[in-house]
Amino acid sequence: MENKKLIKIATAGSVDDGKSTLIGRLLYDTKSLTTDKLEAIEKTSRQRGFDYLDFSLATDGLLAEREQGITIDVAHIYFNTSKTNFVIADTPGHVEYTRNMVTGASTSQVAIILIDARKGVIEQTYRHFFISNLLRLGHVIVAVNKMDLVNYDEDTFIKIRHDFETLVEKSDFNSDQITFIPISALKGENIAKKSELMPWYLGNTLLDHLEVLETADLHESGVARFPVQYVIRPKTEKFHDFRGFSGKLYGGKLKVGDEVSILPSLTRSKIKTIQFFDQEYDEVAPGASITITLEDEVNISRGDMLVKSSEIPLSEKSVTATICQVNTRPLKVGDKFTLQHGINRVLAKVESIDSLIHTDFSGEESTQQLKLNDIGKVNFKLSKPIHFDSYKSNKSNGSFILIDEGTFDTVSVGFID
Amino acid sequence: MSNLYISNPKEAESIHILREVAAQFEKPVLLFSGGKDSITLVRLAQKAFYPARIPFPLLHIDTGHNFPETIEFRDQLVEELGLELIVRKVQDSIDQGKVTEERGRYASRNTLQTTTLLDAIEEFKFDACIGGARRDEEKARAKERVFSVRDDFGQWDEKNQRPELFDMLNGKIHQGQNVRVFPISNWTELDVWEYIKNETIKIPSIYFAHKRSVFFRDGLIWTANEHVYRESNEEIVEKMVRFRTVGDMTCTAAVLSSAETLDEVVDEIRLSTISERGARIDDKRSEAAMEKRKKVGYF
Ligand SMILES: Nc1nc2c(ncn2[C@@H]2O[C@H](COP(=O)(O)OP(=O)(O)OP(=O)(O)O)[C@@H](O)[C@H]2O)c(=O)[nH]1
Ligand SMILES: [Mg+2]
Repeated sequence: MENKKLIKIATAGSVDDGKSTLIGRLLYDTKSLTTDKLEAIEKTSRQRGFDYLDFSLATDGLLAEREQGITIDVAHIYFNTSKTNFVIADTPGHVEYTRNMVTGASTSQVAIILIDARKGVIEQTYRHFFISNLLRLGHVIVAVNKMDLVNYDEDTFIKIRHDFETLVEKSDFNSDQITFIPISALKGENIAKKSELMPWYLGNTLLDHLEVLETADLHESGVARFPVQYVIRPKTEKFHDFRGFSGKLYGGKLKVGDEVSILPSLTRSKIKTIQFFDQEYDEVAPGASITITLEDEVNISRGDMLVKSSEIPLSEKSVTATICQVNTRPLKVGDKFTLQHGINRVLAKVESIDSLIHTDFSGEESTQQLKLNDIGKVNFKLSKPIHFDSYKSNKSNGSFILIDEGTFDTVSVGFID
Repeated sequence: MSNLYISNPKEAESIHILREVAAQFEKPVLLFSGGKDSITLVRLAQKAFYPARIPFPLLHIDTGHNFPETIEFRDQLVEELGLELIVRKVQDSIDQGKVTEERGRYASRNTLQTTTLLDAIEEFKFDACIGGARRDEEKARAKERVFSVRDDFGQWDEKNQRPELFDMLNGKIHQGQNVRVFPISNWTELDVWEYIKNETIKIPSIYFAHKRSVFFRDGLIWTANEHVYRESNEEIVEKMVRFRTVGDMTCTAAVLSSAETLDEVVDEIRLSTISERGARIDDKRSEAAMEKRKKVGYF
């Protein structure tokens, strides 16, 4: 488990483009479907009179989903190859697509955008690519699916690739972050085995391509941010004076002896120990959930942030962010929310809404409110300062959610400018 | 040479979740079944709060049909780690007339546990119940959030779940609601076994191959024992078996196995072509069995 690569993938595509089928196929081809699950799929496929295996049944887990033949809620699916552990978020394509894709993509490094070869690049494709760009995913795979229905025609594929490439030019992606693969999820062409029906395609199969992605390129790297999640005080005889600050490290490394500052007080100290369970380390890489002790007695509580004294983030009582509305409650000027930035919570008020952003890269317009699935630029005033970076420079420290104070639902996600 | 700590990403995520539970809730509890997943949870909690003690108790819903090995193991673990253990019994719910015992060939106390669990939540006013469910177990579980909000009746509203973005967890709830928390959501069965092996975590003996009196039904292997219904023509035989999950005896089937060590168990899982839940009778009742149980407050 420790040495294997972990790659998290979000799927995207319009309704019926074949996302669930593709994932089912990946499971089948990597022998991740156990015989009992496979038998259940065979049985149900037969009952429905299909002459093929309906692999979407492997992931569409809810009753209503199987009855209607559509995906309703995000499912997380796991499969392994000898070299890599994969987690795929299977997202629904029909309604609330933006919300679901943003959610799935927020924990992913790679997006697979499916396009129905018969339909080509459509509005949904723009939107999904826009979100991949907004979330700054490391890599996008454009899978042109249902090639079996267009006679595995090369020209159809080239046309779609060409259309998509004009979108890439408008985005922040480099062309080497985007890969185009012609596939048939249903028939298993170019998924795990190279398609003999498309000899004109010289690239990797989807699975081979996923395997060669370098995770080093996909992970963030930069300055260290350590939000204190929980203060550990054992109050036992053996650890009488122990005061450890536990949390997850983001962005960059920390090491023993580093000069650190604690926000918001800006008190300074030095890292005395870095611990994980009963082991001590000299240095720690981002992504780890660790416990840190300091040289000095400093007053630190949950929500404070420990950073290197030479790398202080912004601390402000106002913030501008790109907001994606993930709840049916619209966001309006004057609305108040709980803003959760990482683990830290403050109160936030919408000062103004600058714009509603078009997800086809065509610009923006002014608006009074952001409705479910809308993306827009919003200014907030906060009850207390938060210590943030731009989303561009540190994903974890540059994002937040808004919580409705009445229902406590998560209503928006924000990416700080 | 400086020694650099690079985390196991799944372990780091689980620890992050457990610390969020301790910070965001007033009365969390860890639902402890005695199975490998809840044992793994205990290890993760130990790591999350070290050198302090785990800041919440364990709750075991005892069906009365447990494998004695699991109970023995449970008590030992609690003793060793100095944990607080609460036990609530399905038998008491039956005696109080709150639930009725099932009868017949597939009689099990598995579904009855829900009532006992909900009563315990109310009794202790638990606001967060930490469970060892994984998304790879079953297709309805694949839809589950890490923080899953339940209403006053313990119900799961699968179509109206809070989106979970990045690793930000929203545990805000109203009085009477509670949250089910699944820290190892993203682990697979193999991940759990490899972790148990790498960490040399102790697990109950029934996970290893042993000789047992069993009988065969519907292609599955059942423990022959007074709690498990058996037709007179269902013949008892001695076999080398082990269990892949340990639930209630009446719903957990064994598999034929010769795996006596953790290495052998991990190898067996790696090569296995049948899912862990393939040996669970409770899921076989219908294709949507799990989803239906979850809606009414099951683990
Ligand atoms: N001919 C052909 N049909 C396909 C292919 N991939 C998927 N399909 C079919 O397209 C239909 C929709 O597939 P799904 O996998 O359910 O689509 P989805 O993208 O998951 O749909 P939602 O989740 O509801 O948005 C099913 O009938 C599939 O069998 C393909 O490569 N070729
Ligand atoms: Mg689908």
